[in-house]
Amino acid sequence: MAMADQPAGKSFRLSMLLYDTRYRSMTIQFIMLALFVFGVFWLLNNMYTNLAAANKNPDFAFLSSTAGYDINQRLIEYTSQSTNARAWLVGLLNTLLVAFLGCILATVIGISVGVLRLSKNWIVARLMTVYIEIFRNVPVLLWIVFLNAILSETLPQPKDFKGVDAVASMSFWDTVIISNRGIFVPEPVFLSGSSIMLYVLLASIVGIFAFGRWARTDQETTGRILPTFWIKLAIFVVPTLIVYFMMGQPIDWKLPAFEGRGAIGPDGVAYTKGIFRIDADNGIHIRRSLIALCLALSLYTAAFIAEAVRAGIMAIDKGQSEAAGALGLRQNRVMSLVVLPQALRVIIPPLISQYLNLTKNSSLAIAVGYMDVAGTLGGITLNQTGRALECILLLMITYLTISLSISLVMNLYNNSVKLKER
Amino acid sequence: MTQEPYVRTEMLSEQPAPSGQTGIVKWMRVNLFSSISNSIISLLTILVVIFALYEFLPWMLQPSWGAESLRECLNDPNITGACWGVINDRFNQLMFGFYPHESQWRPLLAFVLMLVAVAPVLFDKLPRKMVWFSALYPFLGVWLLWGGTIWGPLMVIAGFVIGVVVHKVLSNIVGSLAAIILSVLVTILWWLYGVGSIAGALSGIAPIGIAEVSSSDFGGLMLSITIGVSGIALSLPIGIVLALGRQSDMFVIKLLSVGFIEFIRGVPLITLLFTASVLLNFFLPPGTNFDLVLRVIIMVTIFASAYMAEVIRGGLAALPTGQYEAADALGLDYWQSMQLIIMPQALKISIPGIVGTFIGLFKDTTLVSIIGLLDPVGLIVSIQGTSDWNGIVWELYTFIALMFWVFTFSMSRYSMYLENKLKTSH
Amino acid sequence: MKKSVLLGTLAAVGVLAGAASAGTLDDVKANGVLKCGVSTGLAGFASPDANGRWEGFDVAVCRAVAAAVLGDGDAVQFVPLSTKVRFTALNSGEIDMLSRVTTWTFSRDVDLGLTFAGVNYYDGQGFMVRKDLGVGSATELDGATVCITTGTTTELNLADYFRANGMSYEPVPIETNAEAQLQYLSGACDVFTTDASALAATRATFASPDEHMVLPEIISKEPLGPVVREGDEPWSDIVRWTLNALITAEEKGVTQANVAELAASAGGDPEINRLLGTEGDLGAMLGLEADWAANAIAAVGNYGEVFEVNVGESTAIGLSRGLNALWTQGGLIYTPPFR
Repeated sequence: MAMADQPAGKSFRLSMLLYDTRYRSMTIQFIMLALFVFGVFWLLNNMYTNLAAANKNPDFAFLSSTAGYDINQRLIEYTSQSTNARAWLVGLLNTLLVAFLGCILATVIGISVGVLRLSKNWIVARLMTVYIEIFRNVPVLLWIVFLNAILSETLPQPKDFKGVDAVASMSFWDTVIISNRGIFVPEPVFLSGSSIMLYVLLASIVGIFAFGRWARTDQETTGRILPTFWIKLAIFVVPTLIVYFMMGQPIDWKLPAFEGRGAIGPDGVAYTKGIFRIDADNGIHIRRSLIALCLALSLYTAAFIAEAVRAGIMAIDKGQSEAAGALGLRQNRVMSLVVLPQALRVIIPPLISQYLNLTKNSSLAIAVGYMDVAGTLGGITLNQTGRALECILLLMITYLTISLSISLVMNLYNNSVKLKER
Repeated sequence: MTQEPYVRTEMLSEQPAPSGQTGIVKWMRVNLFSSISNSIISLLTILVVIFALYEFLPWMLQPSWGAESLRECLNDPNITGACWGVINDRFNQLMFGFYPHESQWRPLLAFVLMLVAVAPVLFDKLPRKMVWFSALYPFLGVWLLWGGTIWGPLMVIAGFVIGVVVHKVLSNIVGSLAAIILSVLVTILWWLYGVGSIAGALSGIAPIGIAEVSSSDFGGLMLSITIGVSGIALSLPIGIVLALGRQSDMFVIKLLSVGFIEFIRGVPLITLLFTASVLLNFFLPPGTNFDLVLRVIIMVTIFASAYMAEVIRGGLAALPTGQYEAADALGLDYWQSMQLIIMPQALKISIPGIVGTFIGLFKDTTLVSIIGLLDPVGLIVSIQGTSDWNGIVWELYTFIALMFWVFTFSMSRYSMYLENKLKTSH
Repeated sequence: MKKSVLLGTLAAVGVLAGAASAGTLDDVKANGVLKCGVSTGLAGFASPDANGRWEGFDVAVCRAVAAAVLGDGDAVQFVPLSTKVRFTALNSGEIDMLSRVTTWTFSRDVDLGLTFAGVNYYDGQGFMVRKDLGVGSATELDGATVCITTGTTTELNLADYFRANGMSYEPVPIETNAEAQLQYLSGACDVFTTDASALAATRATFASPDEHMVLPEIISKEPLGPVVREGDEPWSDIVRWTLNALITAEEKGVTQANVAELAASAGGDPEINRLLGTEGDLGAMLGLEADWAANAIAAVGNYGEVFEVNVGESTAIGLSRGLNALWTQGGLIYTPPFR
């Protein structure tokens, strides 16, 4: 025993740090760490020297000073007198909103296109291929600008709705305005009694889950398959509707409308096509920039998701769907009960990275004037305060946090659906 | 009356299948109208396609190629749609930016030679000797694009020769590992202190070279390709190192690699480009001043290497464990097994992924327009800023989109071909 | 991997690109070229033509400085810059001067480490509307949707103006002038606001300019001028006095056509003589040749000529001199004497 211990303890030479595998990895790690620390120190040192030469010091005080500019889409209270930090938050919420909507839309389009691309209908399959190849092979920046321009050119402008020579009219029985300023939908105003409706709605959601459970046990015991989707829909809608009418319609709808100015011009002619006021009285305003950005991002990303979905479905052995067919399942049930659940395991990892890409690509929002975090903090605030270093640092941290949260959540989900092997 | 029942005595000749079961009709029945719902969908789709073409084609097909300004198009009663004159007028700019006219053969040649250089990597039927050309190409390409004396690139190549020679000589004296470290040191010292002065002296003696072109003259599609290609080429070695680092057993190395990869993948490219355009100079020693194109290439390389690392990690993970074990069983050490067994296979599997990363990067080069580089998208603003073409929009977008589409589509087709080939070889 | 060799080459190129920084004047003389930051494309002010030659009102200032320092108006490397990066490009030494429709404001001058070398264009923020909107004044714009080119002082002016007048509005921020034009014409906004010069230029390019009008209110002062780094007085003097030389030249009737003749020998007007270097040693005080101003004028013409050629009434932009007429003609363009 003593013999075995001896060589290591006794004859330690400096060269063993390199040639002895026991120490080598420690040496390498130490050197790498030292290099890394040195590199960071070097960069920071340069930065301080350069900033000192330019009479600027890193300073985050600008965050608490007045922003001075207005933001059109604000999910929380904000005026031009709010602070830059507040503007950052408003931008962050806008980023999250467009990323969230975009991801949902992209998933829906992507899965539909991916499935349709494998359709037996030749022309549909071809069209989907064309869609995928066109969208994913052109830079997303171009798509964003393109779609925005198309929407603003083709949708009617507010003055088209007004006057005796109006060429456009409101949609859905005069409740919705679809214009190139965006879409205006009625805004609900909750009167007294509407809280009861909320309770009913919550109760029916619980009811849906209970029914789903019952239907499953029923199917397992008796083999009956109920049209669960329609029944669930009915449970969701019907009780609330009944209560709505029983309570005497406690929700008022604020309808969007055009307010013509009708001013008399300098030449004595009455103008009927005045300013179209956009404010809180005009229902919920879904801005064109949001629509265009959301559409562009999701159409672009959906092309990639569709490819992932197709690859996932193709990865499922043909025997699976044949076996399902042999059990007497119909085509769509084979897809929804056998193929897709298995394909999901292949689809999810690329799906996560597409969600991340979509979120990161949303930073191009400023191309259509959507005020996301890159437009407020990294755009106007940066321009007005000149604090480039600080703004870009905060911007990077913001996006990093979003990305890491998304991948964390999605990876947790991925682990939960993964095949548990051995 | 007994009548013989009819009995056919001669064989009937083969009849063609009923008209509904052959040719285009059958094809349509099977592929388009197999059921009522399918028929409705098919008809609707056909209508949509016809409508789109009906709206789009008349706009596209306009006799406006010769127009010299937007006003000319607007005033010409024959032109009711696109004003393609802008493409005719600015084609050269959209391709080469402000690259001097008389030197434009250089980027073209560099592009063609690049295809030659990547050919042995992409198509394995070509003679292996061509790899030598691929190794030389980076110097050649840089020299062709930026110009200047030929001695600069030659001296940089000489650095490698010196490194190899030093390694050969020293490995017998001080052992292989020390020899590697020393030869790398010598090479770096040569690049830092030797190249500039010696190349300067040599070009004083024998001034062989071509006209220098500053990167600020780069623009248009050429700029996109330059940034994309150099980004991907430079990111490959870094990506390999990062991928190996991420798989390493050494904690610090793994931590640094993972941290770097996740950081870069977590932020949008545009913030990195802002860093390149706004901040990078702050992080370099006072007085250093890279030009913007180089800074962008550096940032794009850093960006791409994180994605490359993930692609190669995928390739490494796809190799059966048996390969690693077999390498160990042969008694190869880590670097030997990587160099001889693992990497050649992993890289081969990764090629479709690498091509995919390149396609993504190539498309992302359009973002450099946001920081003021005049790539095709950036040139849109410049062209709209002239009084001739103020107000032109769709023609430029359409043309640029088409240009990108042609490139990326052909690359993605190649990538698919490769994937199919790799699939069968297993 | 063999591709790593590129790294070495890149390092070599980087070394070549690196340059030591002494005074900006010495740098420019050593490089033989003036690096001048301009817009990526703004009609009349800076844009490249089909051959890649930059032209415009701001570009002329760059050329004049290059001619004064290096004797050659083409010895300029134009660096197109977006609004976001323009100041950092200047601060980090990437460019020697910035001539990019930049408004002289207190905070930029004091806080951002910049020095404004003068004013080459007096502008102000205005509004353009369609005539059939029925609006005759900016005070009637309550509730309007407003297209703004972002990244400039315009957002802050707009917010201040609407707040001060107790009106609400819907801002639509837009990156480029061309994009704003598209949005405005398609009716996606009621109002387009930016510097009045740009408004007039934009309106001039419309298919039917008569359907649009620029409202009478000018809501801000936008003195635009060339900018240099703070702390390099010799260099800011050169830029400032080159601009002043162009203005004085117009005042004294020195034009691109007659400058060679006037600079050949001393004439009757002592200020012209001092300006063109036939008398005194003003050039030497700046560290330049005696004929510095003559070179600048020969390269681009005097202030009035620069204005006429690039944005004046004979061009598609069609701006009148207005505030930018000489002080002797009721404008604000005035320079200290060459003495």
